[in-house]
Amino acid sequence: MRKGMMYLALIAVLIASAGVAVLAQQVTMAVLWTGSELEALEKTLIPFEQETGIEVIVESVGRDLPAVLVTRLAAGNPPDVAGLPNPGQMKEFAEQGALVALDDLANLADQPAAFVDLGTVDDHVYGLFIAADFKSLIWYNTKQFAARGYVVPTSWPALIALSNKIVADGGTPWAIGLESGAASGWAGTDWIEDIMLRTAGPDLYDQWVNHEIPWTHPAVKKAFEYFGQIVNAPGYVYGGATGALTIFFGDSPAALFTDPPGAYMHRQASFIQSFMLDANPDLVAVEDYNAFVFPPISPVVGNPLLGSGDLVGVFNDTPEAKALANYLASAEAQGIFCGELGKIGVNKKVDPSIYPDPITAWAASTIAEAETFRFDASDLMPAAVGAGTFWSGVLDYISGIPLMTVLEAIEASAVDSY
Amino acid sequence: MRTGRLQPWLFIGPALLLVALFLVYPSIHTAVLSFFGRPYSARAEGFIGLQNYRHFITDKNMLTAFRNNALWVIILTTFTVSFGLIFAVLLDRVRYEKIIKSIIFIPMAISMVGASVIWKFVYAFRPAGAAQVGLLNAIVTAFGGEPIGWLIERPWINNLCLIIVGIWIWTGFCMVILSAAYKNIPKELLEAARIDGATELQVFWRVILPLLKPTVAVVTTTMVVFVLKIFDIVYVMTNGNFSTEVIANRMYKEMFSFFRYGRASAIAVILLLLIIPVMLFNIRRFREQEAIR
Repeated sequence: MRKGMMYLALIAVLIASAGVAVLAQQVTMAVLWTGSELEALEKTLIPFEQETGIEVIVESVGRDLPAVLVTRLAAGNPPDVAGLPNPGQMKEFAEQGALVALDDLANLADQPAAFVDLGTVDDHVYGLFIAADFKSLIWYNTKQFAARGYVVPTSWPALIALSNKIVADGGTPWAIGLESGAASGWAGTDWIEDIMLRTAGPDLYDQWVNHEIPWTHPAVKKAFEYFGQIVNAPGYVYGGATGALTIFFGDSPAALFTDPPGAYMHRQASFIQSFMLDANPDLVAVEDYNAFVFPPISPVVGNPLLGSGDLVGVFNDTPEAKALANYLASAEAQGIFCGELGKIGVNKKVDPSIYPDPITAWAASTIAEAETFRFDASDLMPAAVGAGTFWSGVLDYISGIPLMTVLEAIEASAVDSY
Repeated sequence: MRTGRLQPWLFIGPALLLVALFLVYPSIHTAVLSFFGRPYSARAEGFIGLQNYRHFITDKNMLTAFRNNALWVIILTTFTVSFGLIFAVLLDRVRYEKIIKSIIFIPMAISMVGASVIWKFVYAFRPAGAAQVGLLNAIVTAFGGEPIGWLIERPWINNLCLIIVGIWIWTGFCMVILSAAYKNIPKELLEAARIDGATELQVFWRVILPLLKPTVAVVTTTMVVFVLKIFDIVYVMTNGNFSTEVIANRMYKEMFSFFRYGRASAIAVILLLLIIPVMLFNIRRFREQEAIR
């Protein structure tokens, strides 16, 4: 009897709690962020949950987010809101009819047109940018540069001259690390994109992104060869080509701060700062390290800037999911998220005082004032190229496969994928 | 009489239903999908016949994957089964048999991804002069050598380095099964051979091995089936870069990274077709054995 009563009570409690769960409004959000990025997101969501009473259940799935989204979509059970890996995959999801159009969100008005366009497919907005990264940056050790009299180069020949000078002084100019698990190679594609943007110019860059020129086009070949001038030059790279291919991208800049320095310069997006600080927590921005803009190569083209961003999309058309998406597009949310992570706010009304250090604040204003801005090309290409053969192609090129063989392989997959 | 005819169906009915639902239906569905192209929107293709299969002959990555799978099957199976056999027979004579066998078996208890991450550290590269974080390069440099990029030296070193991880994981499994079979051999047989003047090597080759043959065959075919499906180690350690691609990793990429369901399904069908002969062999051996009993 007693046992029976206990079971009854237990069932009653279960039903009651289930009822409460249904009454409280919930929204699920799947993201690829873990660690500090996940913590920043959770901090960002607190004001939203307090203001609206909607509970956000964050599911952190890590780097396999695309696989998880594909599987859950096929099962008819996608998360309400999800961080999307990149605009290319957003486009594929939108074309499948999996994403909800977000044209009527109030905070869309404060997003810069360039970013709204990147989230648009067939005249409907499907992707919202909640943070951006500035990619055309070269980081250096301030004290070492001052001690050795190295000057920040403002042109490609000056960059090569500085590299040669460092080699002549017995040092290694570059720290390059392209290893990134299943995403290995992406850091190399950023190099190619930065160079392509500066040698071929934004128009040809756009044609390349849309596969209106083949990968075997002389402009693409030239971009790879410029990168080769650095990555395959003897004595230029920490650990040589093997180092570039095997060292984890996040570990790579640590070489700038060893004694004596393993390397002097590191080309990477603004987010690398958090990796540098994780490895060496005592470093102080500007005083110990700083960054300069990737120098122009062709005087005709000038200096267009490269960036990327973090994107969210809505899979289930519920008021809660849209409310969350709208909140994430707000200056308030982006202020918290970017302030925590040192990322750059996309919303035009984000308060510049939120940036944790002068370098990020400078990067944010530099990219806001950029005459020409382009989005990371590999993120815009179909996944089979942008997250497939382009990544592996850069690695193959560095490992010594002839350039034309590499480009023909990428071209074959591009013909197959566009 | 009627109950007699119905009864067997009642017994195997649930099993048949489950097999049909979870094995037969998905297999047929996969085979059907493999004849279709991209599923949606502007680039939708619909039925494309054998094009997904033709891709295997033309795509360099696929050809590399086939070659590497062959490499994996030959090297990994040979080494795991031989090591397993050697350990099973030799450790039987050692006092610390249980401890050593446990140590060899432990990798089997570690997840494949975990093992791959561990070995990624073993193979880690740092430039000459810097502190070597990888065990192997620390040893190499301690003896005055130059550090080697173990996972990028194509095509032999890196593939071998990956296969070694598989050998490390599966030798324990082979050893345990072969050891159990070895212990079942009546000791009188071995003694009789020794009394007749056979050397230890002769005992091994002429008595032990023939008696273990059915077990060796089962272990070998099991390994072949395991290895044909190899995925985790490659995905975690190189993701198929630097000519280390394998069939299952290719399937994962086509499916989950590139959204080419048809092509991924075609790879799955090919993998299934490769495994079927091995399974048939296994079943035939099993029947022969049953017949002897």
